Amino acid sequence: MPTTTARVASAAGLHARPASVFVSTASTFDAIITIALGDGPAVDAKSILQVMGLGAGQGATVRITATGADAEAALASLAEVVQSDLDA
Amino acid sequence: MRRQLCGMGVSDGTVVGTVAWFTASPAEPSPAPRPASTSASHEKARFQAAREHVRDRLQSLAATITGEARDILEATGLMATDPALATAVERRIDQGASAERATWDAGQDIAAQFEHLGGYLADRAPDVRDVRNRILGELAGTPAPGLPQPGHPFVLVALDLAPADTATLDPAVILAIVTEDGGAQSHTAILARSLGIPAVVGLESISEIADGQEVLVDGAGGTVVVNPAAADHRMALSWAEEQSRRVPYTGVATFRSGQPVTLLANVGGPQEAIAAARLGATGVGLFRTEFCFLGSTHESSVDQQRRLYRKVLEQFAGGRVTVRTLDAGADKPLAFLTGTDEANPALGVRGFRTSVHHEDVLRRQLDAIVAAGEGLDLELGVMAPMVATVAEARRFASLCREAGVTRTGIMIEIPSAALSAEPILHEVDFVSLGTNDLAQYTMAADRELAALNHLTDPWQPPLLRLVKLVAEAGARARADGRPGQVGVCGEAAADPALAVVLLGLGVTSLSMTARALAPVSAAVSSVALADAHRLANEVLAAEDASTARETVSRFLAPRSGQDDRPPDAPAQPH
Repeated sequence: MPTTTARVASAAGLHARPASVFVSTASTFDAIITIALGDGPAVDAKSILQVMGLGAGQGATVRITATGADAEAALASLAEVVQSDLDA
Repeated sequence: MRRQLCGMGVSDGTVVGTVAWFTASPAEPSPAPRPASTSASHEKARFQAAREHVRDRLQSLAATITGEARDILEATGLMATDPALATAVERRIDQGASAERATWDAGQDIAAQFEHLGGYLADRAPDVRDVRNRILGELAGTPAPGLPQPGHPFVLVALDLAPADTATLDPAVILAIVTEDGGAQSHTAILARSLGIPAVVGLESISEIADGQEVLVDGAGGTVVVNPAAADHRMALSWAEEQSRRVPYTGVATFRSGQPVTLLANVGGPQEAIAAARLGATGVGLFRTEFCFLGSTHESSVDQQRRLYRKVLEQFAGGRVTVRTLDAGADKPLAFLTGTDEANPALGVRGFRTSVHHEDVLRRQLDAIVAAGEGLDLELGVMAPMVATVAEARRFASLCREAGVTRTGIMIEIPSAALSAEPILHEVDFVSLGTNDLAQYTMAADRELAALNHLTDPWQPPLLRLVKLVAEAGARARADGRPGQVGVCGEAAADPALAVVLLGLGVTSLSMTARALAPVSAAVSSVALADAHRLANEVLAAEDASTARETVSRFLAPRSGQDDRPPDAPAQPH
């Protein structure tokens, strides 16, 4: 299964706006996508409730996994979202 | 009959007004299984349609506003169509629940989980319930919960207010806010304070307040009085009178004899900057940057810093802003800069001293400050805290020049720096006296110790003699053609009587909590510059702080009466 890891760049972590952008981006792909904090349990990347519930703060490493036709593209886009500072 | 209810006061002010209850949240749906005649797929379809409606409505509401409130609304909109919520609701429908009951229970579960996790997530629990209530309203075909519109100003009473509701509060029609939920730092409390609306939160007996009733809300005392008596009305009236008597600061201050005086505000971040500008401040004499970093485990990037600083700078276009570089250490430790094993942190590696081992942190901060000011019509200055020697001042000035800072200064908080003001003003363009620390180091008295308050009193004549020394060094530098500006940014500047003395000693600008601008300006305009000089000399000759204080208040009292009372501003962190 295609997997990638990324470090959270936004000062607020994957909360508020960064979480919204992440979930909105994930929802544009058909692939089934999950996200986990470090080695923790994976949750649905298209669920804002679960993504916020991860409690991924700035500097945390998250693991994103995707299955489906556009999995690779999804991983590339989502890693970029995580690694961008979205607090502007 | 008069009844007094107690909660927590989170935003000052005393008003009497008519209650309008926030449109009641939907009632709890019946827990009974749905009738056998309605199929699971029918219920799921109803839920689908309702949640999509709610998402669309929240998104269009978000599009009409900006800032943090917009971000929150967008996230709330996503919650409406969240797959985790949908799965939980559909599972309950499959088990025989109605769409209403399934939505109610699923939303309640998620909100409870968030509350259990605490912190940021607990603060989002009301948003989850808000989404749930909106979906329930949609299912029932009733209007979405929202702000009442009784057609006259009212006291808004609610169990809780979600950000979606508070985003559109209008202080012109909302006299006060009373909620059952919430703490001092809840979004309702923060918003009420920033809008200047009196507010009481955490009112457990809120159900005793009925729609259309008359109540008194005391946002300082945290009480709500149902059916207020004549004395309550007088209390509200006297608060209103007090407010109207306060002459607002207009951005300009002058002595009675006509000489202009530079008054600036102390701020610690974008919110305070906005509030200060609203209170008439046209410039900032102390922008405490460490308050933007406290709690961070590592340094913010140059770009993050630049954006944060710019939000402060852009409030004062056309004016002057003095940014103080990180003052980490002592009561403000920063994990990435300061150690934790010092026996005397107040005398330890703090302020500019941290740059010996972490010069790169200071260089990046200077780059961020310069970048933040680019393109703004602004007199931008940068100063370093905790400078003790001429050599340190020289090193800071050279770092500033390399970064492209045009106005360079240092804080004078250490007696050695005050005694070296003359040579220091050969190295830098300005100095700013931090009277709180200068008092602590001059009197060898911990400023955090209540038992030593009489020693760290800013009216202590020895402290004021040091101020005089620095002011004279500034005057000589100016006579010599150098900038030589001498400011005060400590708590002393916020005391109207002491502000007059400081100006009399020859200080060229005063920076204070923005709420003190109006009373300080009023005190200055009540005296002539010659009076200020004379008072300063009398104070320098006084034996102790209380004699000094009495000398000045005796002179000021008959002129300006009670308007010159010191403001009830909170002690300034400094």
